[in-house]
Amino acid sequence: MGVKLIDIASVIRSKNSGPYELTLDIIFKNREWYEKIKKAKVIHPGLISRIYGLPEEDVREIIEFDPVGAIKINLKRPIVSGNIGDTDIYGAQQHAPLLGVEFSELD
Amino acid sequence: MKEIKVLSTTATLGYGFPPESFRAGLERGPDVIAVDAGSTDPGPHYLGAGVSYVDRKATYRDLSFMLKAGRDRKVPVLVGSAGGSGAEPHLQWTREIIREIAQREGLSFKLAIIHGEIDKEVVLKAFDEGLISPLPPTGPLRREEIVGSTHIVGQMGIEPFVKALEAGAEVILAGRSYDPAMFAALPIMQGFDPGLAMHMGKILECAAIAAVPGSGGDCMMGYLREDHFLLEALNPNRRCTPASVGAHTLYEKSNPYLLPGPGFVLDLRETRFEAYNERMVKVSGSRLRTVPYHIKLEGSKRVGFRTISIAGARDPVFIRQVDQTIQGVRKRVEENFSDIPSEKYRLLFHLYGKNGVMGRLEPQKEITSHELGIVIEAIAESQELANTICGFARATMLHYGYPGRISTAGNLAFLYSPSDVTMGAVYQFSVYHLIKVEDPCALFPMEIREIEGGKGWE
Repeated sequence: MGVKLIDIASVIRSKNSGPYELTLDIIFKNREWYEKIKKAKVIHPGLISRIYGLPEEDVREIIEFDPVGAIKINLKRPIVSGNIGDTDIYGAQQHAPLLGVEFSELD
Repeated sequence: MKEIKVLSTTATLGYGFPPESFRAGLERGPDVIAVDAGSTDPGPHYLGAGVSYVDRKATYRDLSFMLKAGRDRKVPVLVGSAGGSGAEPHLQWTREIIREIAQREGLSFKLAIIHGEIDKEVVLKAFDEGLISPLPPTGPLRREEIVGSTHIVGQMGIEPFVKALEAGAEVILAGRSYDPAMFAALPIMQGFDPGLAMHMGKILECAAIAAVPGSGGDCMMGYLREDHFLLEALNPNRRCTPASVGAHTLYEKSNPYLLPGPGFVLDLRETRFEAYNERMVKVSGSRLRTVPYHIKLEGSKRVGFRTISIAGARDPVFIRQVDQTIQGVRKRVEENFSDIPSEKYRLLFHLYGKNGVMGRLEPQKEITSHELGIVIEAIAESQELANTICGFARATMLHYGYPGRISTAGNLAFLYSPSDVTMGAVYQFSVYHLIKVEDPCALFPMEIREIEGGKGWE
């Protein structure tokens, strides 16, 4: 059974973590989904690199945060906040590619 | 039971708070009232240009409430990262607001002003001595970035605040500060657990953002005890839940388990978030580990001048081949000004409805929108040249004859007359590095002043 990330997360957001990094947070609706996703290891640098069109080394970390049931993804900003050509100074609207993510098999 | 109460008024000084929430906070008898005024989030302009990103009247309003309440109740008021970026002009801007309030209200207090701007010579000396290191993903600092910066600030830790409190300061106005420092200084000075104090400060610096529903413009109270702290949203329509506070721990930071600060790492691996009652959260287990003392430096430099033009397009034939049209416009600009070397300016086209928000991270390549928002942007060494390039690109795009054109009167719908907007100097971050120090206060000189009935500023 396939499942869409947007159906199992209560928060999907992006924001600067300093001017050089973007941080993406996925907070799951409940512990069960969090544990399932964590165990299946389906959120990995390869996936993020593919949906953002970034080299894998720019996906700096993926951190599982047990106290909240959340997964955090840190990206190197393609353009530093406010540098010439930057289109999102606060980095608050870079989460959309995650909304379309779907997992086919979790078990 | 030992307890200290810290009142945080708002997420950023000038973002406001309901007077009822503030009153509710005062009724609970705070030991200190503190606010964070700053962030690098709004981008490099404010630090580089030396201006506040928050409105003056809004800052006056918030400070007015805080200073009066602080004097009424004999409770210290701490303001960190004055004016947003915390460099000297931002500090002076906020000092002037405090002076006006003190004069109008006839307030008396001992004022500590702690400077956050770091002289370039000091940074260059540290650079030469190898005391500056990069903060990944930034690379090594280059000498010309220091020299070219208009302002460099350092994020001070709690130590300068403690020094000011020990000197008897009743109002502390500080330049760029580590966000939790204003909230954690008095508790740590009084011997409370530094890990819990710093974690509580980390949450309080964003005030009610950690509540549900969250708000950047509402008050929050922290109650620090011996082995835990409690958080309470002071607006009855908000509450703190383990989920809301836990989620905030992720916010705007890279690693939620290990948070680096000046002289320490805050370790949240054993932290527990529990419901204390329906509206309050209990947090325990946060620990602080001391490490060699580093201060984060932030610098911004001017890179040119900007002119923009905002327009829209609704013609499907135009929208379909907009990329080729842009190429054609670029070519015409280069040909027309062939005497101007191309490195003297940059010409950018932002296409809303295509990839205006995400730029090169946008995965969707085809345009599906029936209209496009277009921002033509020129950045050049001088404002005149930026005006020239933007104006010529705008006129060329308006009348550009692309293949299959049916609407031969003009390609763009301009939003305004004048169609071009002069945006002034453009800045970018130049320094985002760590400097190693022996004395946490050495970079941050302090002045103490006795204000009597609003007087004593000269």
